[in-house]
Amino acid sequence: MTNTPRRTHLKVLGASLGAAAFAKTVAPLVEWSADMDLDEFMQRHYRELDSNALADVISRHEFSARDEYGADVTIRDVRPTPGVVFGYALNLSICIGCRKCAEACHQENNHDRRSHQSYIRVFEMSAGSIDFHRGNAGYDHPVPAPDKYYMPVQCQQCENPPCVSVCPVEATWSEPDGIVVVDYDWCIGCRYCEAACPYHARRFNWHKPEIPADEVNPNQGLLSNRIRPQGVMEKCTFCLHRTRQGQLPACLEACPTGARVFGNLLDPESDIRWVLANKRVFVLKEELGTRPRFFYFFDV
Amino acid sequence: MDATHHRPTRSARNYLRFLAHCVAVTFDGGVAYFAWMGVLFTVMLIGLDAFVTQTLGGMGQTAMSDHVSWGIYIANLTYLVGLAAGGVMMVIPAYLYRDHEMHKVVLAGEFLAVASIVMSLGFVVVDLGRPDRFWHIIPGLGRFNWPMSMLTWDVIVLSGYLLINLHLCGYLLYTRHLGVPPRPVVYVPFVLVSIVWAISIHTVTAFLYAGLGGRPFWNTAVLAPRFIASAFVTGPAFIVLTLQVVRRYTVFEMGDGPLRTLTSILRITLLLNLFLLLSELFTEFYTGGHHSLGAQYLYFGAEGKHALVPWIWTAIAFNLIATLLIHVSTVGQHLWRINVGCVLALAGVWIEKGMGLIVPGFVPSTLGEIVEYVPNALEYRVMFGIWALGLLIYTMGARVAVAVYHGHERFAARWQFDDREMVDGRVERSEEGGTQ
Repeated sequence: MTNTPRRTHLKVLGASLGAAAFAKTVAPLVEWSADMDLDEFMQRHYRELDSNALADVISRHEFSARDEYGADVTIRDVRPTPGVVFGYALNLSICIGCRKCAEACHQENNHDRRSHQSYIRVFEMSAGSIDFHRGNAGYDHPVPAPDKYYMPVQCQQCENPPCVSVCPVEATWSEPDGIVVVDYDWCIGCRYCEAACPYHARRFNWHKPEIPADEVNPNQGLLSNRIRPQGVMEKCTFCLHRTRQGQLPACLEACPTGARVFGNLLDPESDIRWVLANKRVFVLKEELGTRPRFFYFFDV
Repeated sequence: MDATHHRPTRSARNYLRFLAHCVAVTFDGGVAYFAWMGVLFTVMLIGLDAFVTQTLGGMGQTAMSDHVSWGIYIANLTYLVGLAAGGVMMVIPAYLYRDHEMHKVVLAGEFLAVASIVMSLGFVVVDLGRPDRFWHIIPGLGRFNWPMSMLTWDVIVLSGYLLINLHLCGYLLYTRHLGVPPRPVVYVPFVLVSIVWAISIHTVTAFLYAGLGGRPFWNTAVLAPRFIASAFVTGPAFIVLTLQVVRRYTVFEMGDGPLRTLTSILRITLLLNLFLLLSELFTEFYTGGHHSLGAQYLYFGAEGKHALVPWIWTAIAFNLIATLLIHVSTVGQHLWRINVGCVLALAGVWIEKGMGLIVPGFVPSTLGEIVEYVPNALEYRVMFGIWALGLLIYTMGARVAVAVYHGHERFAARWQFDDREMVDGRVERSEEGGTQ
């Protein structure tokens, strides 16, 4: 096995072919990274951004909404209000399973139209059982059906959220008002939080979201309903771009039966506090110790 | 001052030169070697191409969904961390029990660790929706959620294990090449650390799943012990096979001793693995209830869906047959039966610790929905690509090791690389206190 010239030539040829094939394979990746703005690549975590950096980030996202979706949007970074912790309650006795809440979420939060994504899944449950395994989220018939009741499930905004603990890069955290948010520009898309969540509340952007320009909701929050990038996690934020400014969540406004009650848990005069004080409320999977801020109750 | 200053620099330079020559050696070999490497390289490129497609077009091109959000990539990650840890089953006899013959081939275990960890990290990267943000998880550069996130622990233990094993492989080959005995102070502490570290990598990987209260199928204390037991099946099984390949196709000479030792280890670990499986099955099925729904789906199907049922029973059959074969055979007389047993055990554990572990964690979903997952062609392409990369690295390691062990003379002659004069000086000087 001496290195004859022929052998050397063959090797050089082989190595060049290999290198060329390799270069060709990664070419699209190289092209993609060349398109990417260096500022975008180097962008720091949301909580490390000063006001200038934040303004840059926001204007970049507003620009790309125009550029990629043809929509003029306003993105704001609405901060939590001191003295406010949000809670949500849902009256199972009057929910009729119409899924208006899920649809309102779909539109308000600029969800992908192709997958018809929503942060809310409504389960049709059998009377006499509170077991999700006997429930069905794929029902397709007039509601309410006899001997059924309906259980919408969204992010429970846990006080002890497993999704936050497991995130390797702190891309998701609990805000002072109890809302668990995701920095879409920091998430690496490992989906560990999706595995950790006991409520199936988290969603992954398996594709770049598709939304026609005229359907884009232009009133956007940086940490909530702005159009998400491909390959990152997202979740219900109790519509923080609305609720932090005194409005109600879109799902609540859409509910035709008034089954939903939302408010400040720290305000003794709030509706939510009245529900907690006067109804026999329960939380989902209390045994897991996640301490949800989303409560369910029956009227009777 | 000058003198002391120069010595480590010079030995470091020599070491780097040696490493460069090792790389050069991997570009030398017979036709079969090049054919094998060419096939691996091609498969790797096919996988890379699939990965590029997936990253640019979105992970939606895989069969994963919000219901089953981890699939065959994380399944392979889990298996490979075990394979990496399993290599330590050569290190323990070689260093703790001073098994001389094992000592001679212990590098096979260390290279296995290196190749498996590289593959594991590969499977982590291809599972990311945003691999371009990988730097976010690098301590110091990004934000490292340590100690809360078990994934950060996994990053630490996997990269640490990789570094330890790279050091051991490099140093042991280098001293072998120099023809000097390795200095215990430079490698023995690392060997001891690597033994504990091997256990830790698979323990941490088990904790990644076992810590999730919302996923009862994973939320069991027996998960980490099961991971370790199966790792100690796959590591030795893989090495039993590789040692024979190396013995057959290269000039490397080796007796049956290491094969006998590894087979004895397998006899115990195979049984241990089955015992832990039994404990798990008993708890799941005797108790029943919601805790066992994942297992129910895995072994018997649920709501008319049973994608995993044929897989898991194949795995159980493989593991049982492997256990039987390896218990009734001896290396001297029925090596082929042991080899069949090793292949079956490798495949059996791959199913059980791969798809059989990851998917039932998601089926039924946390809200009781049964959405199945069957990996698609894109995922298989990526997977085979990473396996090809791993085998490429492992083959390169074996190539270098054989060249070095085959003798300094030929290695040096072929590469016009004779630094023994320098080396003799270096060896003496390094006695004084260099740590490299």
